[in-house]
Amino acid sequence: MESELAEILAPYEEKKGVLIPVLQQVQEKLGYISEEAISQIAKTLKLSGSDIFGVASFYTQFRFVKPGEHTVKICLGTACHVRGGEQILNTVKSYLSIDTGETTKDGKFSLERVACLGCCALSPVIVVDEVVHSKMNPLKTANLLSSYYQGGGDEV
Amino acid sequence: MKFEETKKKAIEEWESTTQKKVCIRVGTATCGRSSGALDVLKAINDELSRQNIDANVMEVGCLGLCYIEPMIDIYKPGHSRVIYANVTPDLMPQLIEDYLLRNNPRPDLALGTIGEGNIEGIPRFSELPMIKPQVRLVLKNCGHIDPVNINHYIANGGFGGLIKALKMKPEEIIEEVKKSGLRGRGGAGFPTGTKWGFCRSAEGVEKYIICNADEGDPGAFMNRSLLEGDPYLVLEGMVIGAYAIGATEGYIYTRAEYPLAIKRLEVALDRMREHGFLGEDILGSGFSFDMRIKQGAGAFVCGEETALMYSIEGKRGMPRPRPPFPATSGVWGKPSNINNVESWADVARILDQGADWYASFGTERSRGTKTFSLAGNVKRTGLIEVPLGIPLRQIIYDIGGGIVGDKEFKGVQSGGPSGGTIPAKLIDTLVDYEHLAEVGSIMGSGGLIVMDEDSCMVDMAHYFLDFVQKESCGKCVAGRVGTSQMMNILERIIQGEGQPGDVEKLESLANTLLATGLCALGGTAPNPVLTTIRYFREEYEAHINERRCPAKRCTALTSYYILPDKCEGCGICLRDCPAEAIQGGKRMVHIIDQSKCIKCGTCFDVCPPRFNAVVKVSGEKVEVPPEPVPVKASKKE
Repeated sequence: MESELAEILAPYEEKKGVLIPVLQQVQEKLGYISEEAISQIAKTLKLSGSDIFGVASFYTQFRFVKPGEHTVKICLGTACHVRGGEQILNTVKSYLSIDTGETTKDGKFSLERVACLGCCALSPVIVVDEVVHSKMNPLKTANLLSSYYQGGGDEV
Repeated sequence: MKFEETKKKAIEEWESTTQKKVCIRVGTATCGRSSGALDVLKAINDELSRQNIDANVMEVGCLGLCYIEPMIDIYKPGHSRVIYANVTPDLMPQLIEDYLLRNNPRPDLALGTIGEGNIEGIPRFSELPMIKPQVRLVLKNCGHIDPVNINHYIANGGFGGLIKALKMKPEEIIEEVKKSGLRGRGGAGFPTGTKWGFCRSAEGVEKYIICNADEGDPGAFMNRSLLEGDPYLVLEGMVIGAYAIGATEGYIYTRAEYPLAIKRLEVALDRMREHGFLGEDILGSGFSFDMRIKQGAGAFVCGEETALMYSIEGKRGMPRPRPPFPATSGVWGKPSNINNVESWADVARILDQGADWYASFGTERSRGTKTFSLAGNVKRTGLIEVPLGIPLRQIIYDIGGGIVGDKEFKGVQSGGPSGGTIPAKLIDTLVDYEHLAEVGSIMGSGGLIVMDEDSCMVDMAHYFLDFVQKESCGKCVAGRVGTSQMMNILERIIQGEGQPGDVEKLESLANTLLATGLCALGGTAPNPVLTTIRYFREEYEAHINERRCPAKRCTALTSYYILPDKCEGCGICLRDCPAEAIQGGKRMVHIIDQSKCIKCGTCFDVCPPRFNAVVKVSGEKVEVPPEPVPVKASKKE
């Protein structure tokens, strides 16, 4: 992992205002911001570990635990809320037996809530990995999740 | 190359792509994609090559009719363009064969026509009820051009405003923008030209301009659509602004949640550099300027200008008190000017067509047009652009087509978490800065969420306050403690534990926040609470005094029951319940285990209408057997 990090960090050495893009790239590569990553970023950018954690924990994009194989994001924007986003979140929570920010024991799914994906006209929406599923309801959501345990998923 | 020559070449390319032979446009903005537009695109390409048809296939932005995505349109030389909505990959082979090979435009599938000529049986797109009241100044290219093809943009009048601007003195440009009456489209409505004047006259060699594309308002997607559909228009406005203000560098601060918009902006910036619209000595004018994209990382408060600037610097995005204003001390402590995506796009149109032309739209004090994202419980959801001063009724009923399922219209939320709810009785309110403020809401960036009778106004207030409370950066007392105290009260009200006097406590806290919030996030956070109390006080009282949610929305106050005398034991709800909360068996009356029920309403939705056995109640109890009993036995009782 150290060499992967070094590769990401190299072009940013001693540059100003680059912490957020650096964190974004690290997360894209490793899936999350690990403790080791924070200390290595600190060394390269000449910042303290607490500076970095302070910035990273401020922004909801960054996570500090390893994500599951698939990431389920539930949109809770206003339009999704009006059309039952909360019920969909409850369905997923109960189906996967995890809360938001957690990963299932089998490492299959992690669950996140997002403020708004900007697909309001198709609400309520959920995103599994990068695929947006529109006009959802609790039943469709449960079927979608179960399809991942039956080997499929992407085509639903 | 001179601009005239560039333009001539661009027009040639545009005509040969879109007019000389068959041209099929596919809307592949985010809303199209999430409805399956990319599969449609593939089906079209497959069929064209299978049939050996010579045609251009073009990916375009969004026409704004998100509710009937995916949309395509087909142009055949000598005919107008025909738009088809709600298309599927399976339909493509048949449609291509019918129209392109047999000359049958399939009026039964078509939505409307664009361009010269009529086709029998298909209405004109511009005459459709959802399009007719609209005036598309900034969305004019969306859905028509390939968003990243700079020649398409130039052929359709692009960079005309910049060419004019570079021949003017910076002060003249600022005067022109002032004359147009343009006010900030991010929501606050500050006159754009005046703002530019402050930054122009600020002392300093290095100056920055910023495009605020951190569209964080939940329920708003206007900026995303515009950036995905016509990125050059926004960027042209920025170059004009940079020249007028004397800026040396620019930033486009955009949400990381908008990957497609970012991708298109990146391509557009590269093309502009190649063509000399960005970089050293732009178009031989002696003016040098460049800009880059900065991605946000998911913090709503970064839409506030001072917070956004800290975020660009790589810090926690926390607002600071003003003054000093960004015009004198912004990014890296240098004079900076920040405008919303739509404002920059408006600037490009104003310089191209003139201030008088722009000011001829809208009202005396709210000039021009505004884009809105129309969403929620309205039939025709999507992105619209209307002249300011249009009645709200026209937006909801003419453009939006009324309420889904013809339910009763209850209210509309404008301005996101900083705005307010406008009740049904005020549906004739005119949509402009002044009139929205009069009824307690704000224009905001343009989200309009329509709510029907099933929406609970206490729940909406709770929703928005929950949002701002989570997004508050914690710097000022109003944001940190005030929102949290209000949240505690709202939480107990929707849990059925409200106490007499809670509404008054909310009002008193709200007024304190309004007066003491450091930034607009904390200072406007109480607006949704105040407007819902103002217009729907009786709903708060029902929750508090009767432990009842009149809209049957608040889950703690609402329950589902299966009526034993109606249930036929068919097993549908039992099978579909995602929480496995229903007990029963074949021909046994089903029972909902209230302790397991997550109140998702699936049983209510799937129970066959001929039985209609599931009821949703609030504030009352329904007698049901303690465990499943045979259907007949229960019916005798």
